[in-house]
Amino acid sequence: MSSTTLAPVAAAARAPDGHAARRRRTLLVGLAVLAALAALPYGIRDVYLQNVLILTLMYAALAQSWNILGGYCGQISLGHALYFGIGAYFTSVLFVTYGLLPWAGMLAGGVASALVALLLGYPCFRLAGHYFSIATIVIAEIGLLLVHNWDFVGGAMGIQWPFNPDSWWSLQFARDKVPYAHFALGLLAAVWLVTYLIEGSRWGYWWRAVKDDAEAARSLGVEVFRSKMAAAAVSAFFTAVGGGFYAAYVSYIDPESVMSFRFSLLFALPAVLGGIGTLWGPLVGAAILIPLTEISRSYLGGSGNGLDLMLYGALVMVVALARPEGVLSLFARSRAARNQEATP
Amino acid sequence: MTTQALAQVLASGLLMGLIYALIAVGLSLIFGLMDVVNFAHGEFLMLAMYATFGLVLLTHLDPVVLMPLVAALLFVLGAAAYLGVVRFAMRAKANQGMVQIFATFGLAILLQGAAQYLFTPDYRNVQNTWLGGRTLDLGGVFLPWPQIFGAVVSLAAFGGLHLLMSRTDFGRALEATREDQGAVALVGIDRTRVFALGWGLGAALVGLAGAVLAVFYYIHPQVGASFALIAYVTVALGGFGSVAGALVAGIVVGLVEAFTAVILPPSLKSVGVYALYLAVVFVRPQGLFGRL
Repeated sequence: MSSTTLAPVAAAARAPDGHAARRRRTLLVGLAVLAALAALPYGIRDVYLQNVLILTLMYAALAQSWNILGGYCGQISLGHALYFGIGAYFTSVLFVTYGLLPWAGMLAGGVASALVALLLGYPCFRLAGHYFSIATIVIAEIGLLLVHNWDFVGGAMGIQWPFNPDSWWSLQFARDKVPYAHFALGLLAAVWLVTYLIEGSRWGYWWRAVKDDAEAARSLGVEVFRSKMAAAAVSAFFTAVGGGFYAAYVSYIDPESVMSFRFSLLFALPAVLGGIGTLWGPLVGAAILIPLTEISRSYLGGSGNGLDLMLYGALVMVVALARPEGVLSLFARSRAARNQEATP
Repeated sequence: MTTQALAQVLASGLLMGLIYALIAVGLSLIFGLMDVVNFAHGEFLMLAMYATFGLVLLTHLDPVVLMPLVAALLFVLGAAAYLGVVRFAMRAKANQGMVQIFATFGLAILLQGAAQYLFTPDYRNVQNTWLGGRTLDLGGVFLPWPQIFGAVVSLAAFGGLHLLMSRTDFGRALEATREDQGAVALVGIDRTRVFALGWGLGAALVGLAGAVLAVFYYIHPQVGASFALIAYVTVALGGFGSVAGALVAGIVVGLVEAFTAVILPPSLKSVGVYALYLAVVFVRPQGLFGRL
């Protein structure tokens, strides 16, 4: 019972490493949650629900990728469908036309996407606020139109993946969807871990400073432009890897099905819903939003009557208005209260 | 390109450009007033088209006659959108920019769903109008009457808007609120009321555009989205908040689109507009007429 020692001493001993301890705890909780999620697909035998689970994990990973640029660095991109499309197309073309395994295709797509993000960031990051958001929409739209008219990548017809025996090499599993769930979870884990590492590094502090007040950050010596570029590259890389996974999962892509504007929204929404600029916000947001949209689509919108859209739109609106800080902020107060108690 | 073909492209581009300007000006007005981008603007246009379609079915009157009624309906919708949604988004203490984007996006998706529920996803069009299907032959240059009419309505609307802004108390209140929101409260202008009326006015303008478009364009729940992007580009090109900018940018967009359609495959006709927009904002981030 060491708690019988003098309380102030204990508090003083805790103070210097409080931050490190909190970080370590976050990491352990994160690994535990991801491990628990790994067991989840085995418990779901229904193919439809497995699909919902895979999409939820995938969108959680994509929302976390978006969150790196939009949430941590404060640059509201509404054009991430471009990077998603680059990933999907690189992976599909390299696999279907050149026989390169999807793993390599995803990596190549991720690198290409990061380079494109750097190239576009150069002019775009001079734009502020709404001008930036609208420029990202327009650029993604140009990409969509070009792919539509580019015969080498299948034009409007798109690319159909060949049917191969189940294999982790070619990421094709016709009989059982569990491996897809594990791949999506692996992607989520990777993005989560990278975000975790960045959050505690100099970049993380720079990004949040840029988000809060770019001018003030600049005056304090933060390299604002380089911060935005770095965030854009990391964000684009993972978005493209997600695009490559999506292509492998659905086995058929065309311009509309991977590059349309609704994807750009779908990456941002879970992050906004759960809480932007947080480690868990995108996962929490995706866990609420994706099952709800998928299930409401199949039960309400089956005949294209629009009821699912109405529900979805209302939900987005209500959450944005009622919880501007995201669902996670519901728990923030108790944490703030705990911190209050911890500091004498 | 012969002189006649050139004249045809110029004239078609100009007419369509004026309609684009009319679609965009409400968006620009609202932004100038309160720094809010309405991401449901395209859905306002779509509802105006459906309203025209529905009223024609109901009353058997010509869309031209019904235009004021459509504008009035959209005025109500715009004011309601402000009072019911945007007003609360403006109160957010955290992430205000994002809250405002997603609140209006949510509204857009909701309105799209409602249109699909009420009118089905089928394509509709307004038939048997005075203007429909007729063209004016100007020495070999053919101009469809609905577009000519739309351009005239657009010019009239811009003229009216100019008079409203410069000659009426409401216009002066609008301008004052835009200059300094805090100071107007001190002189007794009700900001909420000005904002609601501003939203109504912005929506009424896009209502006119919808009534004009309904005569020669197919109506379906996603039609707003296809015009919305052009509208954002027009507004950003002209400079957010600038009414004159919206007019000039609309015409530029119409002309560039018409010329792109001649040079590139028709499916790429928007690429020229987007490229021009990017070129302009990269050089002049505030747009042609915008203030930073």
